[in-house]
Amino acid sequence: MRLLILSGILFFTSVAAADAPVEVADTIAERVKSCMLCHGDQDKTGLDAYYPRITGKPAGYLFNQLRNFRDGRRYYQPMAILLENLTDEYLQEMAEYFAAQPYNYPLPRPHALPSATVQEIQVLVDSGDATRDLPACSACHGADLMGVKPFIPGLLGLPSAYLAAQFGGWRNGGVMRGQVPNCMSEIARKLSQEEVNALALWLPAQAASGEPAEQDVLAPEMVERCQSIFSARRMTKP
Amino acid sequence: MSISISAKYIGRLQLVVLFIGWLFGILFPAVVWAKDTVETKQQRGAYLTRVANCAGCHTARGGQDFAGGRILNTPFGEFVVSNITPDAETGLGRWSEEDFWQALHHGKSKDGRYLYPVFPYTEYTRISRQDADAIFSYLRSVTPVRQINPEHKIHSPYDNQFLLFLWRTWYFKEGVYQPDSTKSQEWNRGAYLVEGLGHCNACHTARNVWGASKDDRPLGGEIVGSRWYAPSLVSVQQAGVGHWPIEEIVELLSTGINQHAVTSGPMATIVRQSLQYLTAEDQRAMAVYLKSLGEQDKDQQSKRKIPPMPEVVRQYLARGESIYEKHCQDCHGKSGQGAPGIYPPLAGNRAVTMNPPQNVIRSVLYGGYSPVTAGNPRPYGMPPYQHIIRDVEISQVISYIRNAWGNFGSLVSPDEIDQSRGSEH
Ligand code: HEC
Ligand code: HEC
Ligand code: HEC
Ligand code: HEC
Ligand code: HEC
Repeated sequence: MRLLILSGILFFTSVAAADAPVEVADTIAERVKSCMLCHGDQDKTGLDAYYPRITGKPAGYLFNQLRNFRDGRRYYQPMAILLENLTDEYLQEMAEYFAAQPYNYPLPRPHALPSATVQEIQVLVDSGDATRDLPACSACHGADLMGVKPFIPGLLGLPSAYLAAQFGGWRNGGVMRGQVPNCMSEIARKLSQEEVNALALWLPAQAASGEPAEQDVLAPEMVERCQSIFSARRMTKP
Repeated sequence: MSISISAKYIGRLQLVVLFIGWLFGILFPAVVWAKDTVETKQQRGAYLTRVANCAGCHTARGGQDFAGGRILNTPFGEFVVSNITPDAETGLGRWSEEDFWQALHHGKSKDGRYLYPVFPYTEYTRISRQDADAIFSYLRSVTPVRQINPEHKIHSPYDNQFLLFLWRTWYFKEGVYQPDSTKSQEWNRGAYLVEGLGHCNACHTARNVWGASKDDRPLGGEIVGSRWYAPSLVSVQQAGVGHWPIEEIVELLSTGINQHAVTSGPMATIVRQSLQYLTAEDQRAMAVYLKSLGEQDKDQQSKRKIPPMPEVVRQYLARGESIYEKHCQDCHGKSGQGAPGIYPPLAGNRAVTMNPPQNVIRSVLYGGYSPVTAGNPRPYGMPPYQHIIRDVEISQVISYIRNAWGNFGSLVSPDEIDQSRGSEH
């Protein structure tokens, strides 16, 4: 009899042990596990697309991209579905988490551009071209192109393929990125295809150094140009 | 001592207040009523519009509230949702209460055109005139948006108004909800919400080629223009909730998740946009009615005998098991036990074993988060596997979870995986 009770107890406890709920950490890291499948430590090429890294990019920029995917202003179906039922507040929390993660930049990838082209690109990056109303890239992306908090991403450590795809999106007004005009898509449209090709090779060859700059480095004129991006704090659609 | 005195005193005071209130209600019903015609009517309208989730369809992704422009893809063609802001040229600015009633109740536009039943007037026809007028008064108060939306692109012959007329005579049963006097007031409120405002049957019934519900009862069906299957609200093997306590039904409707289930795809969206905002009384009423629907399920199956498994099947499932261990076990647990309320258990989960299997396939292909709600403000997420593992592997792992830990369901093939793709939501 006693044996029976004992084995009964053992039976139930063993079932209970097998069925003990999985332990889940109450952290934001645990909550964004679903992103890590694609956004690991490094940029990588997936089966369907190029997966950019997101760690260490400025929070406001990441937040804007997340909202763009969710609201159909930047198009990548898997992320649109994933984010469909999330609010601005929650996206902001995710963005801040990824922005705060440390990131080791890849080594620069040397290019084989002719020196005349390199010179042209350097002028474009540091001084722009007033005849085409093109400000210097550095006027917005920071003197060392490491980005400006919180809305402007850095330009270094991004691979050629990703750069080319982003410019393609802005320039063709295509599904990926160009549907809504903003300061960056306007600039991308003014560049020539040769310039875009060269930038996509030149930028990855530059060594990344330093941190994103603070927003006060931006001239008022640049802030004015990018108003739609900087003031994009709209109310959440319930 | 002093405590008991003040308690008594408050008790008295309450009685007096109640009595005055009662007297007032009897003596001045007209006064109370008249107040409903001004702001309260609009406020009530705002609430009812939320329950009916008009914004869910009439607002394009990232677009302006109620300005329409969203495109609904269906086998009959592309339907463009109308602008229902009070803009005079492009919206409802020139509509009267009567015009609006014609649309909501009879499915006719201001110009007499028959409306397509993608606009669920087939359900909204149950809404009372008083509620319809309140919705209209709210819609007149929203910001007018001047926005001309593109035309529908409907395949022939569905674009024919005469065919639509025939369809209506066959399938459209017009009429405001009639309370069932044998049932409680709460049950009737729930039925009104589910059948009318909530238009649950627009999805939860089988639709035939003409987009008409085959059966009045919510017995489940594929949603027109979507690969999601809206399960039966009657059957215990699908989404019938006859066997759940009321509190757990309310929890699912209001937070999108409970210890047995999570809402996914279009249902998660309905919870986010609409159900979470219902008053506690309305959520409860809905639950009471849904529970009674579930109790109608006669063929509650007794313990089924699981047939022995042929060797080939066993091998197929073994491959699924190793994929499960590699990709899924971390969150859903070694024995599919999950972490109820966070990572849904897969063992004993009818969403996993349901026939047809398209929802479980879509869950694995596309992943997703439960909706953000006040009760679940920071949900956990399921990764999308569509581009991570191949279709064969997806079919193996799904076949495995449908048949592990006492689960029993049909095996799925790579072809079925492919057929469940597409049409975002
Ligand atoms: C199926 C793979 C996949 C998953 C899962 C995924 N992403 Fe992405 N993500 C991508 C791809 C691909 C892009 C780039 C799309 C493009 O080029 O426009 C991207 C872009 C982004 C960007 C913009 C990056 C930039 O530099 O502009 C952010 C931010 C982002 N994802 C965040 C997330 C978060 C947060 C999650 C989890 C909630 C997530 N992603 C889940 C594939 C994925
Ligand atoms: C007027 C300010 C401004 C100027 C000048 C400017 N950018 Fe940008 N750029 C932005 C902003 C803002 C964004 C973020 C866009 C968004 O949020 O979608 C951006 C984004 C980018 C990105 C996307 C980075 C990523 O991680 O996806 C690239 C690449 C880029 N810019 C390159 C350039 C180049 C090259 C130049 C010079 C030819 C340039 N930009 C000049 C404001 C500017
Ligand atoms: C499932 C999506 C859906 C929902 C939910 C929905 N509508 Fe619509 N509605 C449509 C579509 C599609 C049309 C266009 C039908 C047509 O043109 O034949 C439409 C048309 C209308 C029209 C007619 C407009 C005109 O110009 O003729 C009115 C009025 C309207 N809806 C009001 C509402 C109200 C009020 C609600 C909430 C109680 C609502 N709708 C909920 C999809 C929806
Ligand atoms: C736009 C289509 C649509 C509408 C409208 C809709 N549903 Fe659903 N519902 C679905 C789909 C698809 C599923 C299956 C996915 C899931 O399990 O969440 C579902 C699942 C459910 C479930 C089971 C959830 C689970 O996981 O066990 C319940 C209960 C339910 N719906 C109730 C309702 C009620 C009540 C309403 C009306 C207020 C409603 N639905 C309106 C599409 C819809
Ligand atoms: C990072 C944790 C995580 C991993 C890994 C994961 N899941 Fe999930 N899974 C979830 C969460 C969270 C949900 C609930 C999603 C929702 O609410 O929409 C879920 C939902 C599901 C559902 C739907 C259950 C229901 O009741 O509707 C199925 C089926 C499923 N997962 C299967 C899998 C399979 C198969 C794998 C491996 C290929 C897997 N999951 C890997 C977290 C995970």
